[in-house]
Amino acid sequence: MSGGTYLGMPAFPKAAHEAVHNQTLRGNLRHATHTIRAKRAKAVAEVSDWAELREAGKQIKDHTLRHLDRYLVQLEESVTAAGGTVHWAADADEANRIVTYLVKATGESEVVKVKSMATQEIGLNEALEAEGIHAYETDLAELIVQLGKDRPSHILVPAIHRNRGEIRDIFAREMSEWGRPAPEGLTDTPAELADAARLHLREKFLRAKVGVSGANFMVAETGTLVVVESEGNGRMCLTLPETLISVVGIEKIVPTWQDLEVFLQTLPRSSTAERMNPYTSTWTGTTDEDGPQDFHLVLIDNGRTDTLADEVGRQALRCIRCSACLNVCPVYERAGGHAYGSVYPGPIGAILSPQLRGTQSEIDASLPYASSLCGACYDVCPVAIDIPEVLVHLRERVVQGGTVTREGAKVVLKPAKGHAAERAAMRAARWAFSHPGALRTGQRVASRTRRFHPRTLPGPGKAWSETRSLPAVPAEPFRDWWQRTRSGQRPQDGPQGGPQGGPPGGLPGGKDTSK
Amino acid sequence: MSGSRDLILARVRRALADVPPDDTPYDQAFARPYLREHGHRSVAGTVDLLAENLADYRALVHRCAAGELAATIARLLDERGSTAVSVPTGLDPGWLAATEVAQVPDSAANTPDELDRVDSVVTACAVAIAETGTIVLDGSPDQGRRRITLVPDHHICVVRVPDQVVTSVPQGLERLDPARPLTWISGPSATSDIELDRVEGVHGPRTLEVVLVSGE
Repeated sequence: MSGGTYLGMPAFPKAAHEAVHNQTLRGNLRHATHTIRAKRAKAVAEVSDWAELREAGKQIKDHTLRHLDRYLVQLEESVTAAGGTVHWAADADEANRIVTYLVKATGESEVVKVKSMATQEIGLNEALEAEGIHAYETDLAELIVQLGKDRPSHILVPAIHRNRGEIRDIFAREMSEWGRPAPEGLTDTPAELADAARLHLREKFLRAKVGVSGANFMVAETGTLVVVESEGNGRMCLTLPETLISVVGIEKIVPTWQDLEVFLQTLPRSSTAERMNPYTSTWTGTTDEDGPQDFHLVLIDNGRTDTLADEVGRQALRCIRCSACLNVCPVYERAGGHAYGSVYPGPIGAILSPQLRGTQSEIDASLPYASSLCGACYDVCPVAIDIPEVLVHLRERVVQGGTVTREGAKVVLKPAKGHAAERAAMRAARWAFSHPGALRTGQRVASRTRRFHPRTLPGPGKAWSETRSLPAVPAEPFRDWWQRTRSGQRPQDGPQGGPQGGPPGGLPGGKDTSK
Repeated sequence: MSGSRDLILARVRRALADVPPDDTPYDQAFARPYLREHGHRSVAGTVDLLAENLADYRALVHRCAAGELAATIARLLDERGSTAVSVPTGLDPGWLAATEVAQVPDSAANTPDELDRVDSVVTACAVAIAETGTIVLDGSPDQGRRRITLVPDHHICVVRVPDQVVTSVPQGLERLDPARPLTWISGPSATSDIELDRVEGVHGPRTLEVVLVSGE
């Protein structure tokens, strides 16, 4: 895979370990996620049929995925009939080559971009830059990220890790490098910062000849593309240029125009906590004398068909990128988006990235563990993706290996190396529990040597016991205590006839006072 | 490139080997148990809800009778201090009969820079959705090209009430033609990108005025 995939990222625990010690980052994240969480809950509570909308959204997406080949062909026909040109890209490199070729064909050396997860995923900006084409991000948060030579850390608000003071400094320092400088005496009020972005970007919009976008939805029946946005930068990129290139994942299809009635209700409320986002643009091919006269749709696979081949994991393709799961996640709130090593952070990223990219790299093998499995993400998901179910499924794949699909072909993954100790421990436990004599002897030895037990495990167990207390071993094994105090009684006689008090040394979890 | 088309479609079909060929067709695959609209209101109540939700997202809402429309528009342009207004070719000329402001007819020949020097734009709309406070433009002759409601900083949009008002998003979609380029507008442009604090007015018109006009 090419740029934008964060090659060489450390595994999640290491990256998160650094992030949680950054006080500014944690403060910014806590403030932002708590703000949006409360607003979202209110926006969702306003519609009495939220549960029904959520279920319908799930079913529409599931149906579409189950017939994706048919809907892709139908979409291609509709878009072509409406005057657009459809291209297919199997992976990121091919998508980047197609877009580069299309831009070069216009003779232009710059493009304006609408915020798009798909183009970040394939690393389009870097690929264009390598060919001498400048891509200008026009979403305010993406602009902050681009000017700050930074990486996005949230799906909806990519600069969520930055506070207003940091943003002011980036604008004051960097805008002059890219075009119109920031106004003199720029303060850190959000309104002034937004105004600085308006002035900076306007000259780029007005002269732009090529726009690049993604899409939130594609309607197979009509060939219509939909972009949902707030700032108007999307409208600028979709209507002022002469050429429009939209790069969209193959899973973004809905069958009919009517299906939008579900998602145009659930997406804004779940995402920005609004009844409706300020601007939604829909276009079907080209329109004479209005907007771009040349429209290209680049459909990308880039791991999506591999994800589709997994009957448990494919539900991740229902995602409409609202980011509600990030905002409620206790892990995301503390670790931040960068630790996930992907353009898709948070709970959805933890199941999407390892499926799109495979679990071979250190970061991708660690992502299914970047969760406490609390389930808050599943509760808020507007298309009911059972993220904990997929996380557990992917953990199994990492630990046990097995057959998966990569680039369309079945391959057998070996069990991950890092989990050898866990597997050995489980094998040992299985043997001990099926050999009562050995178990009894082992427990007695453990009880008698307990004063020599270390507080942390040595070797491969060290990391595990760094964040957990080892259970105290009782002075006498439970089974010995049972034999000694109730010999001859059957367990069900226990409650009435049992001895007073508990076993010496306490049961697991009890206080050990007999030292 | 057709190589990748066939490759991707073949991958999709292999991935879906578990789906039976007689899988439930679209029209039986799912129910639509959600509501067509939320709550029941009188016609006037729906218009009130539209006005309320527009205002909640910082649009400036005005109401007038058809006979007062020209004067209302003239007043709004005056208060704004506009010197030039963009006009869709199919706009009722009577709507601008009372204003002295220079009119710039919507034309394919106008460059974006020329449009950037125009202060205001006056348009009709295709439909308005009360529950979400949304007006939808579909590029009809009385609404013009998409860019004229985007580049000028001040948009006056006229909604004929109650005919053009629906309650909900599902009802709105029913009335719209997907073949036309649509722009759904809910308040002036906004951003929450800085600390998730909402700021109105980024790239689109920073002031949106909606005139709800009733009667013939």
